Amino acid sequence: MGKGLITLRDYSRKEIEEILSLARVMARDQRTGTDIAKGKILAALFFEPSTRTRLSFETAMLRLGGKVIGFSSSEGTSVGKGETLADTVRTVSQYADLLVIRHPREGAAQLAAEFSSLPVINAGDGSGNHPTQTLLDLYTMIDHLKDLEGKEIALVGDLRYGRTTHSLAPALALFGVKLILVSPQELRIKNEIKVELDKHGVKLRETEDITEALDADVLYITRIQKERFPDAAEYAKVAGSYRIDRQLLGKRTPLIMHPLPRVDEIAADVDDLVTAVYFEQAGNGVPVRMALIVRALGLGG
Amino acid sequence: MEQMKINRIRQGTVIDHIGAGKALAVFHLLGLKNDQTTSVTMAIRVPSRRMRIKDILKIENRYLDPTETAMIALIAPQATINIITNYTLEKKERVKLPTHLEGLLRCENPNCITTALREPVQGKFTVIGDSPLRIQCDYCLTIIATEEVERLFLRKI
Ligand SMILES: [Zn+2]
Repeated sequence: MGKGLITLRDYSRKEIEEILSLARVMARDQRTGTDIAKGKILAALFFEPSTRTRLSFETAMLRLGGKVIGFSSSEGTSVGKGETLADTVRTVSQYADLLVIRHPREGAAQLAAEFSSLPVINAGDGSGNHPTQTLLDLYTMIDHLKDLEGKEIALVGDLRYGRTTHSLAPALALFGVKLILVSPQELRIKNEIKVELDKHGVKLRETEDITEALDADVLYITRIQKERFPDAAEYAKVAGSYRIDRQLLGKRTPLIMHPLPRVDEIAADVDDLVTAVYFEQAGNGVPVRMALIVRALGLGG
Repeated sequence: MEQMKINRIRQGTVIDHIGAGKALAVFHLLGLKNDQTTSVTMAIRVPSRRMRIKDILKIENRYLDPTETAMIALIAPQATINIITNYTLEKKERVKLPTHLEGLLRCENPNCITTALREPVQGKFTVIGDSPLRIQCDYCLTIIATEEVERLFLRKI
């Protein structure tokens, strides 16, 4: 049996690089498609909606010649009727060859893996892990910057509740980058994550001021959510001060990334810059997830 | 001699160097409240050279298993376990924190999958630091510090 993916936290840089190089192989014949997963079924259990992640997993499985079953929200399913995750997972394990799970609670993928007889890929759980997003982020950065060693990566926005950066920051630490953490005071990165970063001995700097990060090699922008603020005016003020546009960037050309969906944290006038790679980044989700499926199904590659 | 203030036991276990005020928690933790067969002597806030003041628990005809010793370490990390046979000290050891805790505590993160209604799992933690004590949920990775561990623990017993 192949290997699922719950979290990258216990992965070495070498293991991550192996997945990324498999993804590069997948990217080559992504458009023509293959049939190495012919006859295999992926069950996509999405207990909360996520258009991008689900579509990109589906695309990945279809490109590999396999089939997909599943649901995209818990409404109207047995889960909506009160079934436990443990039971859902044990049942679906009887049907499919691989589980992909997205869940609003932290640790859900770990629990699923314990109850499933199949490999499990974590497609995001609560504000915890989102390892497939992290891998496609790393894939995109390495694609553009070649070597990440010594590069300055600025993570901007909601670093407290956003699962994307929770997953990404510790993984980046393995690649010898310097981190700039840019967020409003109330959305600073959690202590848990900082402890982890310290453990890796990563150089990091925290700031509330986006202008201090503009010379970084990568600006990784995340959305600041309205719900995190007591009132709308406060939100508008804070969110506005982290908005990226052409004027703010001036002549600088950092790689600009975003896990999407964006609201207005990146102005539309930035989209035309060659270094604005967020749509390409989303596209990289396909070869990366193809690689993870191949690995999970033990198909070699 | 501080030891003379309370009765010696013929055989059983003396848990010494329990932090002041924690003996009652250890008593409950070992389920001694419902154990009618053992007699227990408890000393609270007695002077100690090593700790200034401490608690002591003497339990007649009762020995601890490794899980119990591990649990005591969570509440009384300085405690020593003395095995007594025929009024003499046969074996003495410091409690040791376990590396892993299973089923003893529940995660305090309300959004952790282990706290979801009816999921058939128990809390599982990895001990990531001993002084001060810090444990981390194996599922949601929430880190719980000393006082929290104690609070969660005592709520249970
Ligand atoms: Zn937890």
